[in-house]
Amino acid sequence: MSFLAGGRVDAAAVRFRDSWSRLLRQGHGAAVSPGVLGPLVYRTAELLSRAHGEEPFDPGPAERAGALLVEAQFTDPVVLARAVELLQEWPASDGRGPALTGAFAAGWSAALRDRTLREQEAIRRAVDLARRDAERALYASETRFRAMFERAAIGIGFADLDGKLIAVNGALQEMFAATAEDMRGLNVESLVHPDDSAGVWENYHALVRGEREHFQCDKPYYRRDGEVIWTHLTVSLIRDEQGTPRYQVAMLEDITDQHRLQERLRHQATHDPLTGLPNRTAFFERLEALFDDPGPGARFGLCSLDLDGFKNINDSLGHDAGDQLLGAVADRLHSGVAPLGHLVARLGGDEFAVLMEGSQGPQEGIAVAQRVLGSLAPPFLIGDQQLVVRASMGVVEQPVAATTASAAMRSVDLTLYRAKKEGRGRWTLFDPQRNAVAVSQYAMSVRIPMALDRGEFFLDYQPLCALDDGAMVAVEALVRWRHPELGVLGPDEFITTAEDSGLIIPLGRWVLLHACEQAARWAARFGDAAPRMNVNLAVRQARNAGLIADIDRILRSSDLDPGRLQLEITESAMLGPRDPALQALHELVGMGVSLTVDDFGTGWSNLAYLRDLPVSGLKIDGSFVSELHASGEDPVGWRIIGGMVSLAHSLGLSVTTEGVETAADAQRLRAIGCDCAQGWYYGRPVRPGEITRRIVEATGGTRADGEG
Amino acid sequence: MTRRRWVPEGTDQDVPNVARVYDCYLGGSHNFAADRELAREAVEMWPDLPLIMRANRAFMRRAVQFLAGEGITRFLDIGSGLPTFGPVHEVARVVQPKARVVYVDIDPVAVQHSRLLVADDPLCAAVEADMRDPAGLLGRPAVAELLRPREPVAALLLAVLHFVTDEESPARIVRELTAALPPGSALALSHGSREGRPDLVEKHEDLYARASAPLTMRTRAQIVALFDGFRLLEPGVVYLPEWRPQDPASVGPHPELFSGLAGVGLKP
Repeated sequence: MSFLAGGRVDAAAVRFRDSWSRLLRQGHGAAVSPGVLGPLVYRTAELLSRAHGEEPFDPGPAERAGALLVEAQFTDPVVLARAVELLQEWPASDGRGPALTGAFAAGWSAALRDRTLREQEAIRRAVDLARRDAERALYASETRFRAMFERAAIGIGFADLDGKLIAVNGALQEMFAATAEDMRGLNVESLVHPDDSAGVWENYHALVRGEREHFQCDKPYYRRDGEVIWTHLTVSLIRDEQGTPRYQVAMLEDITDQHRLQERLRHQATHDPLTGLPNRTAFFERLEALFDDPGPGARFGLCSLDLDGFKNINDSLGHDAGDQLLGAVADRLHSGVAPLGHLVARLGGDEFAVLMEGSQGPQEGIAVAQRVLGSLAPPFLIGDQQLVVRASMGVVEQPVAATTASAAMRSVDLTLYRAKKEGRGRWTLFDPQRNAVAVSQYAMSVRIPMALDRGEFFLDYQPLCALDDGAMVAVEALVRWRHPELGVLGPDEFITTAEDSGLIIPLGRWVLLHACEQAARWAARFGDAAPRMNVNLAVRQARNAGLIADIDRILRSSDLDPGRLQLEITESAMLGPRDPALQALHELVGMGVSLTVDDFGTGWSNLAYLRDLPVSGLKIDGSFVSELHASGEDPVGWRIIGGMVSLAHSLGLSVTTEGVETAADAQRLRAIGCDCAQGWYYGRPVRPGEITRRIVEATGGTRADGEG
Repeated sequence: MTRRRWVPEGTDQDVPNVARVYDCYLGGSHNFAADRELAREAVEMWPDLPLIMRANRAFMRRAVQFLAGEGITRFLDIGSGLPTFGPVHEVARVVQPKARVVYVDIDPVAVQHSRLLVADDPLCAAVEADMRDPAGLLGRPAVAELLRPREPVAALLLAVLHFVTDEESPARIVRELTAALPPGSALALSHGSREGRPDLVEKHEDLYARASAPLTMRTRAQIVALFDGFRLLEPGVVYLPEWRPQDPASVGPHPELFSGLAGVGLKP
């Protein structure tokens, strides 16, 4: 052993080794595992001893000892200083001390320099790798965003805060029919359109000032070719890392088609397709708006106009001619009145109206009426016919505050009615005094009980004929009201009122009684040749608890065989499977009365429970056949009717088609297999005497003795 | 509103980085001027810091070798930093030559450095993850793979939870992370405490305000509470050198000067 010089312990060597061991076990050494530290202490002490004692002097082991310390992370300069001190305190016989110490320090420093460079390299490499990873992620994200920008289906454009466009994507170029070059440098503030919604530019300026982050609106733009596109526009502000506004990005969705559709729907909803004039809805909107916030002393005028004898023109010249005439009338009204700033509308049928906002007095209303009537005076050329048309007008001119929209409409209708009554082709100015006695819906319903007492109602009958041989198998009873002021009214004109008010119950009872009495008379006289009696049953009647008792009593008092009575219930009012009134219907069938579904095909009906209703037939609504006429030869329409017939037959129901007007209709329906028909071709609603005459004619009998 | 940083964390050499500052204390050269400047100031203010850091490293060594001796072969080192001086896999393999280690850090530079270190080692991996999102961390493929066989795992949270603020709830993080560990797993934890050198705590925290992660030193009670659900092994939560010293004499007369508290717990 080198520290045993000459076989005896060298005290200085032992001192050095102890101090060396202490030095390495403190500071950093305390953190080093004893399993590592022990061998390190031993190995370095050994190397230094060799450098100290071996002959000739070799600095190599001392350098290695310095390097080993650095390898074990003894990099603290304090350790080096202390080590140098210890080595210097250990005297060497040949004066090699400084060289040994120098070699040790050089070994330590060289290792530390190597280590430092290696570690610096490693950490920089790690930084590079981390940065490259981040760049790759950034590049991938940039690529994704670029692809999204370029291929997005919506138009996207970037602009600076002055509004100058910096980049636009393909979709936006397509929307504007412009190239990227056309658009780059364009200022978004120049893209104004007269239909820009209020506030869009205020929002824009607030955004570029950084006062809002984004806004949305629908906005029209001119394309490069001058066309207009409508877009749903979203503009957002882009800020930098410090939060300072830098750019704006606009996203545009082309909604031109939706916009057009919406405009068309709005036009359709508010315009009459035949004449192109605003319709009833639009007219009432404007009229009601007038009453929303009237200025003090504001007045308005309202004219209602109705062509005299229009029905005759329709009947004699056909619907096409009628429609052409309505179109021509609308044109004259429009060109005569619209320039004055008034609204002209078609309320329906041959009924037109004029609204004068801000009129000055009754004379203005009269002037408009005169102008309108004057404009209609020259004959109309329809086809090759010259038609002279006259019209009646009601005129109302009042302070807005004096009335309401609906009261004004009532007033003008009644005034028109008076104009017609007083001789047509004239205008009449509204007179509040006379209005007081005029008839309203309310007045009508109030009058029904009195009308029943006074016998103002009467029944007409319309034949239902078998299609195979044309025999009249039944008649439908149709109620009319001979109104003392309004003349003869058809069921359309008062049944709804009667239903609403509940007066349908006594009225329906009256109808049933008189129809049954009539049917019984025919039966008594003609036996099996007498027609079955069809009577309409309103929903409200069907739900009336007294129905069964009423009918039972009526059948008894009229002495009519229940099998001769058929009740018609409308499809739209058809009862659901759990409707309590269903019970009543079953009881009626139990009594021998038959039931049929009226107006089939017009309402919503659940075919599934048509099966469960105790009905024996259905009547296909007249609109099906009349629409076939309107649209010319229509195989699909006929197939629909055919389908309804076979459906009914598969349920065991007989089918009557209404609205049959020609021999061709009848022929067609016969071919389809329809059972019965009703309509002008087989006879209009007529007085009972006429029915009697037809029965007599059919039976070849001679007892045609008038009304039976 | 938080904005995306375009310079990835840790690659900005002008911002002191806690992993590299730690390396300074240990006498390494994996660091840049800004890191050394912060370390220099910190040591000037608190000259024992390098000692404390070494003591922390020594605690790691003892804890890992103890756990490896108990048969644990899987180690999850969360907040591993720059594992330069005696990395966990080297320490563990003295006892368990087949030990597996997954190094996890939030700092991409530290992760890249660890990757270079274990590039040729199939039993080790380095993963970038944020422990404040335990589910995300546990979902990393390398971590999931470490846990998959349901063998006991030692989770190491060494000198890292003091970089988590109270708002981010270190207790929640520990709870959620260790919930995923199978029974028999271990938690080794060390944490800068407010005890030992209360006079220096605030100054030290202030200094780190300019580093990549701010520092929150905690009380002993707060640190003990982090072992909720674990059976604390003897000698409990103690100053760094006091935890199972190999040589009782190495503890020294004033362990409190080391300030950092440490402990190891077992999951029942």
